[in-house]
Amino acid sequence: MSAPNAAFKYLEKERSNLIKALQQVQEIEGFISDEAVHNISDYFSIPPVEVEGVLSFYAQFKREKPGNYIISVCDGTACHIKGASLVANWISDDLGIKDGETDEEGLFSLVTVACLGCCSLAPVVSVNGKIFGNLDRRKLLKVLKQYKQMG
Amino acid sequence: MIKRIKIGTGSCGLAAGAAEVYDFFKANITNIDIIGVGCIGHCYAEPLIEVETDQGSVFFEKVEPRQAFLDKILNLEESPRLALRPERSNRELIKVTRLAGRIDPISIDEYFDNGGYNALKKAVTMQPIDVVNEVKTSGLRGRGGAGFTTGMKWGFLHAQKTTEKVLICNADEGDPGAFMDRSMMESVPHQILEGMLITAHATGATQIFIYCRAEYPLAIKHLKIAIKQIIEHGLNKINGRDITIKIKEGAGAFVCGEETAMIHSLEGSRGTPRFRPPYPTDSGFKGLPTMINNVETFANIPIIINEGGEEFAKVGTENSKGTKLFALAGDLKYPGLVEVPMGITLAEVVYEIGGVEKGSIKAVQIGGPSGGCIPFDHFDVQIDYDSLKSLGAIMGSGGLIFIGNNRCMVETARYFLDFTARESCGKCTFCRVGTKRMLETLEIITAGKGHLEDIQFLQDLGQKIIKGSLCGLGQSAPNPVLTTLRYYRNEYEQHVNNKQCDALVCNALVSVYLDQDKCIECGLCIKNCPVNAISDDYVVNNEVCTRCNSCIEVCPKNAIERIVGGNVSA
Repeated sequence: MSAPNAAFKYLEKERSNLIKALQQVQEIEGFISDEAVHNISDYFSIPPVEVEGVLSFYAQFKREKPGNYIISVCDGTACHIKGASLVANWISDDLGIKDGETDEEGLFSLVTVACLGCCSLAPVVSVNGKIFGNLDRRKLLKVLKQYKQMG
Repeated sequence: MIKRIKIGTGSCGLAAGAAEVYDFFKANITNIDIIGVGCIGHCYAEPLIEVETDQGSVFFEKVEPRQAFLDKILNLEESPRLALRPERSNRELIKVTRLAGRIDPISIDEYFDNGGYNALKKAVTMQPIDVVNEVKTSGLRGRGGAGFTTGMKWGFLHAQKTTEKVLICNADEGDPGAFMDRSMMESVPHQILEGMLITAHATGATQIFIYCRAEYPLAIKHLKIAIKQIIEHGLNKINGRDITIKIKEGAGAFVCGEETAMIHSLEGSRGTPRFRPPYPTDSGFKGLPTMINNVETFANIPIIINEGGEEFAKVGTENSKGTKLFALAGDLKYPGLVEVPMGITLAEVVYEIGGVEKGSIKAVQIGGPSGGCIPFDHFDVQIDYDSLKSLGAIMGSGGLIFIGNNRCMVETARYFLDFTARESCGKCTFCRVGTKRMLETLEIITAGKGHLEDIQFLQDLGQKIIKGSLCGLGQSAPNPVLTTLRYYRNEYEQHVNNKQCDALVCNALVSVYLDQDKCIECGLCIKNCPVNAISDDYVVNNEVCTRCNSCIEVCPKNAIERIVGGNVSA
């Protein structure tokens, strides 16, 4: 693994770049490690506790390593009334993980998100950013199977 | 003769499979230009293809990556053509979205060819104050939610005497159920940038930030390309100064849609709002005079400059001018994006444009978690800022969620409170604790354990949260509960008094029933039940059942259904 420093060293050492730096680290590492918090703290000369304070405010940042495939169940309004909670349940039943969890093999993580902006295709989920819409249970299980086979 | 083929590859097009269609067409057609474009708003018909011919354009819907489709399209056959329904097209007024989905979003030349940046060229020959006045004359109000008069806001920033001023584009479209801004940024990024550059000229702004949700990668990509092209063409040189344009990605906090919270976030801090005054136009980003406008507001600016404020103000009602984009989703036949004149009735949007049969939906939710539910017997309301407010809802950014008869209003209210309780930044006690208490109360009611006093409690607490919160999030968080209480009190009472959810949505108040007369004993339900709640002789054990609907979905004979009555003891 490359040092988390590498991701943000081209940024100006300015407070307003803090969130950008965190985003860069997460983009490469998949999450924000303790080491990264310290490196960012050093780089911007901001106390680690304040870096932690900022990153814990924003839903985007993860402090634990997620699985290879991050499944985001959209629970926007349109998806919700079209059964997003059922969709989340079906995934939980199939993969044995709940919202916010990662499976033991580190293959899948399950998160519920507010809105993916594809409301006309509700209900939708995205797997690592690829969106699957108009889901029923069968379609959903097919998608999960595909990713399981890819490993 | 076919001149060009355009494939809708916006986010929703891609989700419907447009990438596969694009690849297939690219691989199999070599002599015709094929490009990806944004969204024309007919999301129900994705993947969508427009074929440009010398006789005009032909649209094809629900295209699949197969040779049969390709042949039909190249021969311009009647099927699968997109039928442009007069119910919709007669009511649309396409101004802001004129180029959306019709031009290559990342080609500045194509934007030029369609009159792009003419408004900027015209604006820079005008005195800045004249541009501000033109926007005042237009009567344009902010499209982000609150509906503040845009020209007035511009006047505040214009009046500041500092050499550095900041302009922020609010592209943090956080309302679940709204996707107008995403679609515009993906489809016509240059139109939004043109609007911002005109604003910079009018107000004297020297730095521009676009604060965009990280959940919109395609929008960010297109904006980045467009910004590069602007700089290459020197269009960011206004009044002899280079305007800097930066994109900042939001990090998933709904409250950052609020002006002062967004400024904190841009400064690299927690996105909490602060007390106003000072207003951002006096002291905002790093203490500099700062103005925030929404994506759709900026997209309107080139139109106002091109046609003049007076002409622009001819469309709409007395206090709400121009057109508005709405994102239609939920229980309707034709979900998508639509641009309509202000003053159109909600009934026209719901029944004609949405294609919903009368009697089949009970409400629409307008304005997202800050808005309210409008029941069907008020659908004759005019769509303008003030009429909607009088019903307890707000215009909001333009998300319209259709709520069918088979949905539970109490559960819908619970959903919105769950959202706002999670998104509350925690600064104000009434918002932080109040939304949580409201959510808990709603959870008690949907679990069938509520009492009549709980309903009164929701009403009282809702009013207090509105009074005791600093920013728009808290001030509007109770709206979904208060409007559903106003119009659907009977549903609350049904949950509380009779422990009954007539919509069969609240899991604790329903049972699952297997009709043995319809059952063909195929075993699919038993095989698919995750908790083994169905016995070998096809009886559902409702004590074990989690109401996950797996059996209902797989049953080929529709022999399994949800029925009224759970096993709740009060």
